[in-house]
Amino acid sequence: MSPQADPAPEGDAGVVERRKKSKKPKYSRFTQQELPACKPLLTPTIVISTFSLIGILFIPIGLTSLSASDIVVEIVYRYDTECIPQQSQNDKLAFIQSSETNKICSTTLTVPKNMKAPVYIYYELDNFYQNHRRYVKSRNDKQLRSKAYEQETTNCAPEATTANGSPIVPCGLIAWSLFNDTYSFAIQNKVIEVNKKNIAWQSDKNNKFGSDVYPKNFQQGGLIGGAKLNESIPLSEQEDLIVWMRTAALPQFRKLYGRIETDLAANEQISVTIENNYNTYSFEGEKKLVLSTTSWIGGKNDFLGVAYLAVGSLCLFLALAFIVLYLLKPRTLGDPSYLSWNKNPDGHQ
Amino acid sequence: MVGEGLTTSEEGEEESPIPPSYRHHRRNSSSAVAASCDGFPKHSHVRHPSGADTERLAASQRELAESDSRLVFLGDPGLSDPRFEMPRNSIRTAKYSLIIFLPRNIFEQFRRLAYVYFLVIAVLNQLPQIAVFGRGASILPLAFVLLVTAVKDAYEDWRRHRSDRIENNRAASVCDPHSGRFFSKRWKEVRVGEVVKVLANEGIPCDMVLLATSDPTGVAYVQTINLDGESNLKTRYAKQETMIHPPGEDHPVDPAGFIRCEQPNRNIYGFLGNMEVDGKRVSLGPANIILRGCELKNTAWVIGVAVYTGSETKVMLNSSGASSKRSRLETQMNRETLLLSAILIALCLVMAICNGIWLGNHSDDLELAQFFRKRDYSDRDDKDENYNYYGLGMQVFFTFLMSVIVFQIMIPISLYISMEFVRLGQAYFMIRDANLYDESSNSRFQCRALNINEDLGQIKHVFSDKTGTLTENKMEFQCASIRGVDYSGGTSLRENGEEHCIVAASNQILKPKMSVKTDPELVRLLRNKGESEQGKQAREFFLALACCNTIVPLVVDTSDPKQKLIDYQGESPDEQALVYASASYGFVLIERTSGHIIIDVLGNKQRYDVLGLHQFDSDRKRMSVIVCCPDKTIKLFVKGADNSMFGVIQNKVDLCMIDATKANLHAYSSLGLRTLVVGMRELSRKEFEEWQSVYENASTSLMGRGKLLRAIASNIEKGLLILGASGIEDKLQEGVPEAIASMRQAGIKVWVLTGDKQETAISIGFSCKLLTSQMTQIVINSQSRESCRKSLQDAIAMYKKFAAISPDPFENILTGIVSTRVPMALIIDGTSLVFILETELEEDLFKVATVCDVVLCCRVAPLQKAGIVALIKNRSDDMTLAIGDGANDVSMIQMADVGIGISGQEGRQAVMASDFAMGQFRFLVPLLLVHGHWNYQRMAYMILYNFYKNAVFVFILFWYVLYTAYTLTTAITEWSSALYSAVYTTLPTIVVGILDKDLSRKTLMKYPQLYRAGQRDERYSLKLFILIMTDAVWQSVAVFYIPYLVYRQSTIDGSSIGDLWTLAVVVLVNIHLAMDVRRWNWITHAAIWGCIVATAICVIIIDCISTLPGYWAIFKIMGTGLFWLCLLGITVAGMLPHFSAKVLKEYLMPSDVQIVREMDKFWRIAATTSEIQNE
Repeated sequence: MSPQADPAPEGDAGVVERRKKSKKPKYSRFTQQELPACKPLLTPTIVISTFSLIGILFIPIGLTSLSASDIVVEIVYRYDTECIPQQSQNDKLAFIQSSETNKICSTTLTVPKNMKAPVYIYYELDNFYQNHRRYVKSRNDKQLRSKAYEQETTNCAPEATTANGSPIVPCGLIAWSLFNDTYSFAIQNKVIEVNKKNIAWQSDKNNKFGSDVYPKNFQQGGLIGGAKLNESIPLSEQEDLIVWMRTAALPQFRKLYGRIETDLAANEQISVTIENNYNTYSFEGEKKLVLSTTSWIGGKNDFLGVAYLAVGSLCLFLALAFIVLYLLKPRTLGDPSYLSWNKNPDGHQ
Repeated sequence: MVGEGLTTSEEGEEESPIPPSYRHHRRNSSSAVAASCDGFPKHSHVRHPSGADTERLAASQRELAESDSRLVFLGDPGLSDPRFEMPRNSIRTAKYSLIIFLPRNIFEQFRRLAYVYFLVIAVLNQLPQIAVFGRGASILPLAFVLLVTAVKDAYEDWRRHRSDRIENNRAASVCDPHSGRFFSKRWKEVRVGEVVKVLANEGIPCDMVLLATSDPTGVAYVQTINLDGESNLKTRYAKQETMIHPPGEDHPVDPAGFIRCEQPNRNIYGFLGNMEVDGKRVSLGPANIILRGCELKNTAWVIGVAVYTGSETKVMLNSSGASSKRSRLETQMNRETLLLSAILIALCLVMAICNGIWLGNHSDDLELAQFFRKRDYSDRDDKDENYNYYGLGMQVFFTFLMSVIVFQIMIPISLYISMEFVRLGQAYFMIRDANLYDESSNSRFQCRALNINEDLGQIKHVFSDKTGTLTENKMEFQCASIRGVDYSGGTSLRENGEEHCIVAASNQILKPKMSVKTDPELVRLLRNKGESEQGKQAREFFLALACCNTIVPLVVDTSDPKQKLIDYQGESPDEQALVYASASYGFVLIERTSGHIIIDVLGNKQRYDVLGLHQFDSDRKRMSVIVCCPDKTIKLFVKGADNSMFGVIQNKVDLCMIDATKANLHAYSSLGLRTLVVGMRELSRKEFEEWQSVYENASTSLMGRGKLLRAIASNIEKGLLILGASGIEDKLQEGVPEAIASMRQAGIKVWVLTGDKQETAISIGFSCKLLTSQMTQIVINSQSRESCRKSLQDAIAMYKKFAAISPDPFENILTGIVSTRVPMALIIDGTSLVFILETELEEDLFKVATVCDVVLCCRVAPLQKAGIVALIKNRSDDMTLAIGDGANDVSMIQMADVGIGISGQEGRQAVMASDFAMGQFRFLVPLLLVHGHWNYQRMAYMILYNFYKNAVFVFILFWYVLYTAYTLTTAITEWSSALYSAVYTTLPTIVVGILDKDLSRKTLMKYPQLYRAGQRDERYSLKLFILIMTDAVWQSVAVFYIPYLVYRQSTIDGSSIGDLWTLAVVVLVNIHLAMDVRRWNWITHAAIWGCIVATAICVIIIDCISTLPGYWAIFKIMGTGLFWLCLLGITVAGMLPHFSAKVLKEYLMPSDVQIVREMDKFWRIAATTSEIQNE
């Protein structure tokens, strides 16, 4: 019925040529979007087993965490107000700023449970914003690392150079505000050795703080921020500084002070002598002394265990809830009668 | 009436204000010419008629006004006034040169709002007071994006430079005006006015007016495939006046000759001018000009004079970029982006206010607080100097700006870049889809617009052209009615033997390329020498068919040297069909020159001089030729649409015969055939001479030539003897009824807009199953505004009656589903639309049209098509798609939200104007139902996901800042912040955006109803946005507060916990994505898990830099069990609400997509099993 194109003229040659030029896309699973694939569906079985599995996994983890937290023994002693003599309580700031006052204070702590060595000594500061933008930027890591960059004090303002322009090493607010309270411990007048070696990260000592960089012009400005440094010890050995320079994430933080490498028995009385030098009074900060053992979970913290228990039980509950739901409102998966156009047959022609 | 819209607007173009003109005088010519720098119309698209619709409109109806023309002096480019500034012939498609590349490219790039945002943030960050990030980290993302784009642009531009250089340095043969000798010149040096010679198979260097050709009659053939994609040869003529003395060695260019023509414009089918040469004035039309971009064929040489060069050539004027449409999702996305900006500003305000309060409360402490140190003690002279403190107000202001910098990714700028990638990938798969490849035209799917892929998934209205779109536009002569007698008993040709259509010329055999089945009775009648009245009229009928056309017969060699084929080239497939038919009946058109045609009439070669030709136009709806027959009689042959023909017939006419013809016509159009009526008249000598004098005057007149010619034609085309009528079949394309049925199921309304007659349109409507016999037809074909109003009101009354029966019609109307018991079809014609569109009746039409299942518009002009699309587009939120193949569909394609061009028979204007192009109408089904569905689902999810993932990150930063005295410190390193949206999370979204499939192709094709998900905006809405943002807040709380509470009173340092947060958020958002992926193949696996690994590697690398504060932190923290427990806890706690909600939603309120996925998985329906086998 259709017009007949004359078959003669082009013949086979034409066909071959046409085939050569054909733009027909080559078949491949990739281009046709037919790569082998898995098509997961949330079937009741999968849903219930997922929830149950999480529950079954999380509750033991939670319990383990709780018990790990439980074996940690912790002594926390806040001393920032108690270490101010009664007569200076009204003007703590003057007390701490004065170089005349006697800042030694002593107290006795009772060991609640046996504490196995090593017992870690921390100082805890509260309300101290080591993560404040002005503060956290005020350091120069190049200068800390090598002597060659001694002059490098970028970002260190306002503790970059002395009045006559020579660089402060280590420069910046962080170093300048180095914590300088000291603690010493004794049980029944027998001094307990505090090991202050290796309290900093080994990586920091090796690669971040130079062994040829010595403190210079440090803490000689108009305002003393904290500890002074021994100018004959290289920065890589100044472990208190290294610990302090790892700025804390949150305004309430602990820093490692040292280790007691003897066991402490329960109910032992430890007499603590604190040299209360550091000024936290100007910003309503708190200072605490912490003695603590550790477990795999770190310090004492019940939150993780509780959280795991909560999530685990919630999942078990959800598993149950879904079982109930599936029983009460059964729906055959893939039942075509649920399709919108089957529910409402008028909906289309 | 139909053409009215077109003509008025054309006149409107002429009235466009012309910039101040320059006066120019020349030697003996006192004519003043105005030139303007941009005299060509500003209307952007080419509007011209299709070659095939009966609705062919005259190409250019614009008249040449004296003030709006350009003067070209033959062979004398130097004489042009310098103020004319006619460009050289060099073209420049490249955008940049070496020197201006950097500034220009950067300028171009910054035209995107997203980049400006980047830039503002980066600049803000450079101010010392508010520098949050280091220089590097703040500029990195912007620099990276700029660099990648610049490299891409530079490469593309280098390629353009190279092709420009090749193009510009091609050799042209130019005539020296004094010696008349031709010498070689580079293309780029050719200037307006120069005389250029082009040889066969050479490209044409610029737009030229033909002066002479190698053919003694002045014919030249050009192939315009580069210009408009039409592969058939076009004939162009040199004027006889210039043919006599072609410029050359023996005849230097006439120094006094000049051409006056239009200012450069984009219309490739229009040209108007005249030429004064040898003191004679000659008119020039579109047939006298050859355009750059064409190639000369079948002609040894041509000589022409350059009139438009370089950037002013029509091809260059038409090479403007693709239209820029924005997808609906992107528009909706702007709303959410605004919301996000509001959230961003709110966060920043909270930050600034809190910071102010904190500073106020602690104002006394700050001087000494070690971490603040308000006063600068290093300068001992000035005790009051503050260090980096500018007073409370400024601090608050700076905090606000800093917050903007820190929280900048709340606005997901990277999303815009990811979207481009995703669309590129989606386009790649659409182009590569074997199901969208058309074997017959060897064409792949084309994505011409890259930014509306996802619109394909939301279409509610499809506006389709008929001819060439629903039908194949391969015309086939089916039957003839001669003198009222129907001859439609066509049988296969082979039974009759082929002898009678072969023309023996010397010892060679010529035959038409295609033969048509013939009616044996009619053949017998024609052969019968006994001259009955019927036989005589039958002969005249076929003679008219062979004469009255613009077909050019081309003789093509075949492998058999004795046999040659005649290929009928022409712009109208109808005419081709008619000429092939007349050839099959023994009236073979063999040769055409500008002056005569040679027809082999049943074995005798006869020469007919063509004395005049009145072209087809949309007012008259007919064309005519005046020929001088071998017996010296002068005959007028006319063919045209029936209603226009029956208006100009003889008065004393055989009414029975007319009635019989009308009855036949009605029968033909009911069969879906396209009909034409053929008439003739013998002209007396006197009549002819009268005509000839006015015709010659008119055809050289400058002013209003088109109008004059039309008037002359109408004047002579009267008192016709009706010879008969022809019926041509326009075959339906493959798969059209099925495609329409699928689309209807998918909730897509199909409207057909055609130039055909009502009967033809209705019959095509039935044959493609658009109309069914159960439908109530509402027909509106009124001749006045009042009757239109009345018909519309009747229609409204009718649908209200139906609506009263059906329960809740309005809800159904809103969802696009019409639930009237009796389906309705609206059939409306172009004349009525003239009264309705752009008047107050539009609203009524809209109401009626939206409740009807089918709308058929017949006899519509191109601009009306656009008007109908605009009717829906402007009055509803529905997405519209227009599909067409011809130039008459261009306006509709550009008007619709999505324009699709069929790369078929009618040339390529539709394709050029379209956003997507494909070979067949039926591809619309896989395109919309499969690719559209996928694209929409993917893109919608991707946008929401990107909003979510950036919000999670910003909220985490926000929570932390609350614990840093509101000073915008981030525990997450600045590098991780910069890399978060670029590296840590982008790749998986892009991969999922390109590859994820909710359902397989077969399922989507099997259940077209699934398409409605996109129409209902199921995957992207404000509700979903709010839900996912709530989830983002919860997840950020989980990510931030679990580590916060775990590490609260510990020795943890900022960098370590920052690394934990970084890893946790990346793991969480990737798990979130993983949970929503519906189809996991190895690429998805690689992208998602690979990204988490890549993040870990990045964090490790950052922590290996010993000059960063976070040195070694990741190794320290990863060594503790606490870290891993935190990570696990965060992931589970963070995902719990999302997971539970997802399960509940899928179980209790399953979407259609969900149910079908379940069916796929569990019911193992036939489609899936075979697919599983495939995989």
